[in-house]
Amino acid sequence: MALAPVPGATARLAAIRRELREAPPAERAARLRELAYAIRRSDLEMISRAGQGHIGGDYSAADIVTVLYFGVLDIRPEEPEWAERDRFVLSKGHAAGILYAALAHAGFFPQAELATFLEPLSPLNGHPNRRKVPGVETSTGPLGHGFPVAVGMAVAARLDGSGRRTYVLTGDGELQEGSNWEAAMSAAQQRLGRLTVIVDRNRFQQGAATEDTSGLDPLDARWASFGFEVRTLDGHDHEALHQALNGERAVDERPLCLIADTVKGKGVSFIEDRVEWHHKVPTADQTAAAFKELTSR
Amino acid sequence: MSTTAAALHDCRKTFAETLIELAEGDPRTVAVCNDSVGSSNLGEFQRRFPDRLVNVGIAEQLMVGAGAGLANGGRIPFVCAAAPFLTGRALEQIKADVAYSRTNVKLCAMSPGFAYGQLGPTHHGVEDFAWVRTLPEMVVLAPADPAETREALRWAHRYEGPVYLRIGRTKVPDLTPHVPFEAGRAALLREGGDVTLIGVGTTVSTVLAAAGELAAEGVEARVLNFSTVKPLDEEALLAAAGTGGIVTVEEANVHGGLGSAVAEFLAVRNPVPMRLLGVRDEFTPTGSPAFLSEYFGIDAGAVVRAARELAGAGRGAAA
Repeated sequence: MALAPVPGATARLAAIRRELREAPPAERAARLRELAYAIRRSDLEMISRAGQGHIGGDYSAADIVTVLYFGVLDIRPEEPEWAERDRFVLSKGHAAGILYAALAHAGFFPQAELATFLEPLSPLNGHPNRRKVPGVETSTGPLGHGFPVAVGMAVAARLDGSGRRTYVLTGDGELQEGSNWEAAMSAAQQRLGRLTVIVDRNRFQQGAATEDTSGLDPLDARWASFGFEVRTLDGHDHEALHQALNGERAVDERPLCLIADTVKGKGVSFIEDRVEWHHKVPTADQTAAAFKELTSR
Repeated sequence: MSTTAAALHDCRKTFAETLIELAEGDPRTVAVCNDSVGSSNLGEFQRRFPDRLVNVGIAEQLMVGAGAGLANGGRIPFVCAAAPFLTGRALEQIKADVAYSRTNVKLCAMSPGFAYGQLGPTHHGVEDFAWVRTLPEMVVLAPADPAETREALRWAHRYEGPVYLRIGRTKVPDLTPHVPFEAGRAALLREGGDVTLIGVGTTVSTVLAAAGELAAEGVEARVLNFSTVKPLDEEALLAAAGTGGIVTVEEANVHGGLGSAVAEFLAVRNPVPMRLLGVRDEFTPTGSPAFLSEYFGIDAGAVVRAARELAGAGRGAAA
């Protein structure tokens, strides 16, 4: 069954983006926080109902994804393939849950559809499918795929003489895949100034800390040495994210890498910063407790 | 054989000319390569369309991924690299970014099969049919001569979706008769009822030569050019099943290649005696393309021997 957009979603999303841009910083941050926690609650319901999911990585990315969809990306939920849209690629495809929740809140499809998450034949499967979910630019799941595709998107934009922007969100553990560094070399060589890589630096991969597995530090120096402009920021600071992701960049500049320091499972005290919550599923009691925390924040 | 007298062609030349023609006619056309401007014969394309030649360096995963990204931006990327590296190095990108995402990417596998004979099995592209034809959404083409290369490329440009194209480097003659390329259709090059010979790419001229030899000894062989490996022309195969048997001949591994594809279909629909000629379960040794063709028994002599067996068996059964 095809997912259909929510009528009026494009105008509504554009209005939110405009209001956020014009709001005083504190108000903007409060509004983005409210959206991010509503999206987290949707994700919690999805994972709890499905009995599967990747809550840790969903929550570390939740604020980044929210700021992108509501405060940054020039997109039209009612025309998901509008040629001049900004591109966003979720390279860490296992965080599909938070992406689906954000897309539904943005109006790419009704929030009620989130109830089909991981159901047999649902378009909302465990990793995003470009052909089934409007708003998904490329199917991801295997790690290290999103950034190379984003490089192609940025080259296409430049060939078009277009100002549209390309964003890709990678996990940090995912950077152990060599394909990312192929893409990094080329992005700098080609001076893809409208390309932004955001690293969800939660410091965990599936089984252990990144630094105990195949360490990434000094991550900023590594990106800088590949020719990127690098900025490190708090990946849960909505105002900082909004500013960094909306910064004006000239076409011939270096590509940007934002290292977003995040907490895996951010938002629920007993899930935060624990490796086992990579894909653990909360019990009924834990779900209730988590929901309460996500509502009071 | 008669092919020695015929003029022989490197299909990469036609490939390069056609790609330029497609780029002239459609600004969406771009080429993506992995430092293979020379071996993919893209020098002139680069000179004519410097912006539309994206050389990502020696980085096949990026090359295929970037192709998918370019397609996302409305471009029609022709992603060019030597067959073994395009497929072997970037198979997961071909699966996820191209086939599963169903992006409009044209994968141009240059110098497939034994083309890099002396460079050894790391450089031989013989597993590609097996690897790419298992991917849903993928069309797999292997044109046999310059004219078909041109038509196949034009078709791939028109078609909206993923295509894998083998572009040969081993020199081949112009096929006679010329049957216009039609995707998904095997071309009937010679009529015959005793046995059917199926060639693909470089082996089509080989099986035509073999059919000539067979005719001299009274065996009438049907010859099919299976330039579309996927989707299979099932109609042509069901018709071929009415002959004494089928010999498939490919510069590829028979385990998973065209021979397998034909056998998979006919074993269920209409079992028929078959001989699958191609690379068997062994790493290819070093040697010229001609040496390797003889070594693996895909030269005209080997085709004749296999066809004789089947034609004899078919006649025996009919008697």
